[in-house]
Amino acid sequence: MKDLALNLVLMAVLLALAAAGLAFGETALTHAQFAQAFSDPASGPGEVLWGIRAPRTAAALVVGAALGLAGAVMQGLLRNPLADPGVLGVSAGAGLGAALAITFGFGVSAGAVEAAALAAALAVGAALAAFAARFREPETLILFGVAVSAFGGALTSLVFNLSPSPVTLQEVFNWLLGSVANRDWSDIGRELAPMAAGAALCAYAARGLVMLSLGEETAALSGLPMGRLRAAAVAGAALLTGAAVAMSGIVGFVGLAAPHLVRAGAGADPGRVLLPSALSGAALLMLADLAARLIPTDLELKLGVVTALFGAPLFGLIAWRAARSWRG
Amino acid sequence: MTAALSITEASVRRGGRLVLQDASLDVHPGEIVGVVGANGAGKTTLLRAGLGLARLEQGHATLAGRDVRDLSDAERAARVAYLPQERRVGWNLPAWRVASLGCLNAAPREARERARAALARVGLLDLEARGVLDMSGGERARALLARVLVAQAPLLVADEPTAGLDPDAQLLALELFREEAERGAGVLVTLHDLSLAARACDRIVVLAHGRVAAEGSPGQSLHVDVLAAAFGLDGAIAETPFGPVVAARRRRLH
Repeated sequence: MKDLALNLVLMAVLLALAAAGLAFGETALTHAQFAQAFSDPASGPGEVLWGIRAPRTAAALVVGAALGLAGAVMQGLLRNPLADPGVLGVSAGAGLGAALAITFGFGVSAGAVEAAALAAALAVGAALAAFAARFREPETLILFGVAVSAFGGALTSLVFNLSPSPVTLQEVFNWLLGSVANRDWSDIGRELAPMAAGAALCAYAARGLVMLSLGEETAALSGLPMGRLRAAAVAGAALLTGAAVAMSGIVGFVGLAAPHLVRAGAGADPGRVLLPSALSGAALLMLADLAARLIPTDLELKLGVVTALFGAPLFGLIAWRAARSWRG
Repeated sequence: MTAALSITEASVRRGGRLVLQDASLDVHPGEIVGVVGANGAGKTTLLRAGLGLARLEQGHATLAGRDVRDLSDAERAARVAYLPQERRVGWNLPAWRVASLGCLNAAPREARERARAALARVGLLDLEARGVLDMSGGERARALLARVLVAQAPLLVADEPTAGLDPDAQLLALELFREEAERGAGVLVTLHDLSLAARACDRIVVLAHGRVAAEGSPGQSLHVDVLAAAFGLDGAIAETPFGPVVAARRRRLH
């Protein structure tokens, strides 16, 4: 009952943010223009509302939901409140894929960079899932992920290093900073299938997460197919993260913070945190995107910059509170 | 009668060293078997070998007559409930939720009722809604014990279930194991307290350096010679009006 109430509240918040996402933007619209946009979608104001703001808002919603869900699954799987979708190197892999695609000139064909990012994320995800099915201890998975992440980062730096043209460099850099601006409906549609598959895998893995909180050996003897559930959790998180990075570039801290925002209301059960985390992740990213649009700067702030600016202090706060509870 | 657990000439190697060597052990329905031994003697490894959690270099282990390696996850879970020594819990789940994880296949309402009944048995019903991370170590140990009681499995395997419990709770835990044995379950338990082992177990297996050093009734396995050979202790088992006691003193400096 409590779960239902929490989810309903979060959905109401999402509706309000979606309305705000349509209402606010670089160009201020008058009441008459809003009326015109609704009556005639093909008009100028209609184009602003339905062609620019609506897909941008929808992109923030699905990317945020994907990152929030992936973060909650990673925290449950690794039994670690500081885990996030990036911890296993999937984001770094996706970033590398995109950097390579842009550098080799595939940026001109629609969807190629996104496809490269997703493919690289899936390659990393497949390696991680195989690793997770074989090794039980979360520490080993974290170490492996840190290695993958560092290697992906190193290769991306190498791409920067060897890049012949500063224009390409700029393009890669801009992409990596993360944004949902200028997304159209086809950009969103492309990533929906991998995201849905990722969400389904996470939902399947949910029942294993609560058993894992009692330790690997207890879970291994619980009767649940833990090897399969662990692999599903990793693969699901990788699909969600890869598709999210493909759609928006690298956006940090949403996956880390979203589960913490709802844990007080949803309870400690890591399986029950999943849906509320997806909703709160969506809300966080829509909020960040509104901030990126509305903070008056000469060049629009990148979404990844905004989430990091607000997310890093939050990360510090979470770490501080966690340290206090460990000490107590 | 088929043994609930049977380990035959099992050897386990870890880090290049044989930590368990040719160890055999049977646990029959209705009996409590204790495993005692010094630190590093191989007690936990023996338990893990029987549960299929440790890879056997030699020998085999069967649960209710079937090789543990041939059992599916679900079949193994139906044959045994395991209480590991590790008591870390990842999230602050309420005690009733932890206990209810002993019956994953039950409907939520039934699981909650069975969890409450088990919490009542371990004396924790008044704390059923409290998060296990907000509990003392002993209270958390009771919540985790409640989980294996909920399972109603034909075999209970518990690694150091009395560690960190107050004297009353230690005796309570062993009483509960006796109740489980009386309903027909086999119970295998490692203990460090030899007096508790003498009091609670039908049979005791003494491990030393990965090998079975003695096996038999408490009187036989905690004999003066065994205490000297396996523990390096001068001591003896004595009957008192409150149950048997093993009194000992150190024999040599380590």
